[in-house]
Amino acid sequence: MADQKNREIRRKISSAARLNASWRGVKNHLATGLAILSTLLVVAPLIAIFGYLVFKGASSLNWAFFTQMPKPIGEPGGGMANAIAGSGLILAIASAIGIPVGIAAGVYLAEFSRGTLLGNAVRFTADVLNGVPSIVMGISIYSLIVLRQKHFSAWAGGFALGVMMVPTITRTTEEMLLMVPHMVREAALGLGVPGWRSVMSISLRTALPGVITGCMLAFARVAGETAPLLFTAFGNEFWNLDPSQPTAALPLQIFNYAISPYDDWHRLAWAGALVLITLILVSVSLVRYVANRGVLKGAS
Amino acid sequence: MQSHETQAPEVTSHAAEGDAETSAIRKFLQGRGSSAVADRLFYLLVAACACSIFAIVIFIAYELVSRSQLTIHKFGLSFFFRSGWDPVNESFGAWPFIYGTLVSSFLGLLIAVPLALGVAIFLTEMCPRMLRQPLSFLTELLAAIPSVVYGLWAIFVMVPILRDYVDPFLKKTLGWTGLFTGPIFGVGMLAAGVIIAIMILPIISSLAREVMIAVPHTQREAVLALGATRWEMIRTGVLRNARIGIVGSVILGLGRALGETMAVTMVIGNRPEISKSLLAPGYSMASVLANEFSEATDDMYLSALIEIGLALFLVTIVVNALARILVWAVTRGAPARAGA
Repeated sequence: MADQKNREIRRKISSAARLNASWRGVKNHLATGLAILSTLLVVAPLIAIFGYLVFKGASSLNWAFFTQMPKPIGEPGGGMANAIAGSGLILAIASAIGIPVGIAAGVYLAEFSRGTLLGNAVRFTADVLNGVPSIVMGISIYSLIVLRQKHFSAWAGGFALGVMMVPTITRTTEEMLLMVPHMVREAALGLGVPGWRSVMSISLRTALPGVITGCMLAFARVAGETAPLLFTAFGNEFWNLDPSQPTAALPLQIFNYAISPYDDWHRLAWAGALVLITLILVSVSLVRYVANRGVLKGAS
Repeated sequence: MQSHETQAPEVTSHAAEGDAETSAIRKFLQGRGSSAVADRLFYLLVAACACSIFAIVIFIAYELVSRSQLTIHKFGLSFFFRSGWDPVNESFGAWPFIYGTLVSSFLGLLIAVPLALGVAIFLTEMCPRMLRQPLSFLTELLAAIPSVVYGLWAIFVMVPILRDYVDPFLKKTLGWTGLFTGPIFGVGMLAAGVIIAIMILPIISSLAREVMIAVPHTQREAVLALGATRWEMIRTGVLRNARIGIVGSVILGLGRALGETMAVTMVIGNRPEISKSLLAPGYSMASVLANEFSEATDDMYLSALIEIGLALFLVTIVVNALARILVWAVTRGAPARAGA
């Protein structure tokens, strides 16, 4: 009798457990399915964007795009030679400002400020600055430079982008320098090399591929920025390489053409987008490749 | 030291040799420059560069505050809650823009957060090793696409799809909520929300992945050893431990969404009106700056726009600071905990 009852209870428990287990199994599979689904949903727009970009861009991309000036409305053809040159000019100014300052700040964080309050504050501020919208950067540079000089210029545009490069480069340089083993520095100092020399030709030299990677990442990021250039470089329909004049830039031109009502300009916008994205993706992939190769293999 | 060297030849030859040797080393060392001074200079140089980051933030704040004095004095705080935007009569209220920014950002988060977490979970916990690298690379590529290219794609591909298929469907099935009513333009709040979602996805998912990876493996193993399924392991072992960091990554995504300019400008419709319907065109703080800043000729207009910029700056600073603190709280102690 008691045995019977026991068996009954055991049966109930095990069936409950089985039900429970199967429900848990279902939930498990459901979660897996959802995770896979969301990954697909994320990859889908990426492929859609790329596919469409290549499809639309490649059909309107030709040699004239790189060599000719924009044509007036209504005339077919034309290119973005001035915008490409202008982008080059602005990015050169930006790099000349952003890269040295960024690397130096990164050196400070990695070599001189471990654990100090100032170092943490700089690190934190750099991270926060990274999140400041680029349009805000644009209007503050406008009020600093353009309002005072009373005209738009490539200087202002380059300065805005250069400032935006600083936090990114600072943080990546710091991370790369921290990967350099301490022994290398100690060996240099032990040989009587002055501190600054040890930083320049030992730490930075060892971490150089990584530091360059960080610079390219920052470069790629600002290369596509439009918002800070709207009121600093402003854009220009003509050929211009004078940094004190309003200057055309590829992203600006894409924006202007995209919101225009002309089909010809739309095609140029697609071609411009393809060029821009190729430039950016090549540098990002290169970065990825270098990073995966074990940048500091020789050091560790 | 100089005098010592010149005296050296006068003492005995043996001693002179020794002295000459030491002085040669000394000379060599001195020839490298006075490292005490050089080190000091070098330190000051890099420290100055580091401090320039503070300077940038302070100068942005200063420029924005000083250039927006006119409207700050005229309207005070009510600037942010008024809703007339009439540059001709110098009547400015930023509420439609703030509303547009908030609604489009939250819409973006609503779409992006579940997907981003799904991706992060898939990549850290479920993904076959072979797929992990390419997939995470793909999501990072999404982050590298410039805003203006997203905008271009949105205008010519996404908006027509929304206009012809998605919007009518939403209007038919969910029209009774009042959120999907009115004429269908394609451009509007919903389009802005969707493009924001696509743009902030990679940021949220890569940071969430980072904090999930930071959860020590022992946690997972312990939960699995108790007989948990994989989902239960993820829920109790990973998500619960990483929740602060995940919240941080979401807030960081919010920061990006609030400041998103070009793509939103191209699809939000640019009309300073408040409508309950998500299909209606709206306006956001960043896009009003992008569209009207170069047209602002008189001082009051400029000041009003700069004050909007100031508000955007302050909000994103606070949001980003909060997010960073949360993410740091999780990832910072991670290696130590993993080792313990």
